[in-house]
Amino acid sequence: MENGEVPENANDNCPGTRSETAGKAESCQGCPNQEACATAPKGPDPDLVAIAERMATVKHKILVLSGKGGVGKSTFSAQLSFALASMDFQVGLLDIDICGPSIPKMLGLEGQDIHQSNLGWSPVYVESNLGVMSIGFMLTNPDDAVIWRGPRKNGLIKQFLKDVYWGELDFLVVDAPPGTSDEHISIAQCLQVCGIDGAIIITTPQQVSLIDVRKEVSFCKKLGLPVLGVVENMSGLCQRIADLKFVKMTETGEERDMTQWAMEYLKEKAPELLGLVASTEVFDSSSGGALRMCQEMGVPFLGKVPLDPQLCKAAEEGRSCFEDQKCGISAPALKRIIDKLLENPGLSTLAIDNGA
Amino acid sequence: MIGLLRASSRIGGIRGFSSKGGLRLEGVEDIIVVASGKGGVGKSTTAVNLAVALAKRCQLKVGLLDADIYGPSVPTMMKIHDKPEVTEDKKMVPIEMYGVKCISMGFLVEKDAPIVWRGPMVMNALEKLTRGVDWGSLDVLVVDMPPGTGDAQISMTQRLQLSGALIVSTPQDVALIDARRGARMFSKVEVPVSS
Repeated sequence: MENGEVPENANDNCPGTRSETAGKAESCQGCPNQEACATAPKGPDPDLVAIAERMATVKHKILVLSGKGGVGKSTFSAQLSFALASMDFQVGLLDIDICGPSIPKMLGLEGQDIHQSNLGWSPVYVESNLGVMSIGFMLTNPDDAVIWRGPRKNGLIKQFLKDVYWGELDFLVVDAPPGTSDEHISIAQCLQVCGIDGAIIITTPQQVSLIDVRKEVSFCKKLGLPVLGVVENMSGLCQRIADLKFVKMTETGEERDMTQWAMEYLKEKAPELLGLVASTEVFDSSSGGALRMCQEMGVPFLGKVPLDPQLCKAAEEGRSCFEDQKCGISAPALKRIIDKLLENPGLSTLAIDNGA
Repeated sequence: MIGLLRASSRIGGIRGFSSKGGLRLEGVEDIIVVASGKGGVGKSTTAVNLAVALAKRCQLKVGLLDADIYGPSVPTMMKIHDKPEVTEDKKMVPIEMYGVKCISMGFLVEKDAPIVWRGPMVMNALEKLTRGVDWGSLDVLVVDMPPGTGDAQISMTQRLQLSGALIVSTPQDVALIDARRGARMFSKVEVPVSS
């Protein structure tokens, strides 16, 4: 791991601001920070001490990661938070995706502001036991792009950890951006002082996704971060037959809507079909999907979640899928995964205490 | 309080980004980036298919640069598993497949090895993958960007003269919100945007 951060205006081959040779190495000659580095105190980061103090009231910290983008990390984080909150736990949800914060949208908190109190920044509360923090609340215009390099993002993540008054929490769920970059290194470094319970890794069954997720598993192993389990999202498209649209492809390549005809035909000839759920594979999982990857890499497999349009809708409207009658396909799958997660030795005593 | 105010007044600020002063890449006529604020929308798929179509159908000389350091998808999509050769003047030779000259971080590392790098190292890597490569003479260089509006995007717009940006999205709101941010970022640095 690197010795402190490399400032933007540093020379090439900068040893790092907290390295023993900072300011004194050959590559430091002529660097504008040379004097500052040579005279700066080296030793533990004082911010880490402040973070450890804040995190002392948080019992369990879980990171939600993926090497790949767009696999459903934010959706899973949001639904996991809803589920834990419904089990009467005190839950905090921290969104460290600085460039693409999706959490405010997914919890129906768009347009909300962060308030200051003498105890620190106050998270935005969805329910009395579910507090949320994201850069999305700090943007004046939701279309504003956050064009920041690594060091600034690290600064904000540290602020989220040391300046936010989370209070007594049973679970802090951290939704990370895709990849293995600044945000991930920072959150791992900052929280490792006070102990992270582990990481949940989300993937889809596609090869390109699994390749990136394998890297993420290696990243966790490299940092000594326990992998609580892998979730295979978008496992198969499930849609009730009654909700389907039917089209006919003409010779000219045009689509003609045949839904009304098809529905009437089915009602007349095979009404029992209308009560069924159609399931089809969207991403080719002939290579074994996430389950095989877990067996190969020696990490637990938590389960599969189907690609349910109703779950997408619930996520976009900021609702919990467990309270939605229409998410009859995805909600039970998610529930099973969360129950399996809570069976984990590090987390299970808490569940027993709460009578869950 | 001060920290919060400072942060919120700077968010969305530009601070001297300019693509007009950006440098041209020798031998390359036009550079198109395929980007999106959001991950998993199909940037790599679009970039790869665009590059191959321009090469095969439009008979152009095309290069494909995979700028996603953390999750390079181009090696899988173009079925390339070799390591690139190096010329006498220490430049990498892009690997040609389906008529497109490709270069990616994925060629240089082991399959499961994660790239656990902070921003400045990413900047260096991108510099090597653009200027440290012997592209030869190209009509178009298609660049497959990683998701977000961070180090990689800033480096590309500052160091290269981009002819245009193609923004990819899916119909969901969460994807469109991030795609709008991506488009706005390129508009701010005066790169023409198409979506």
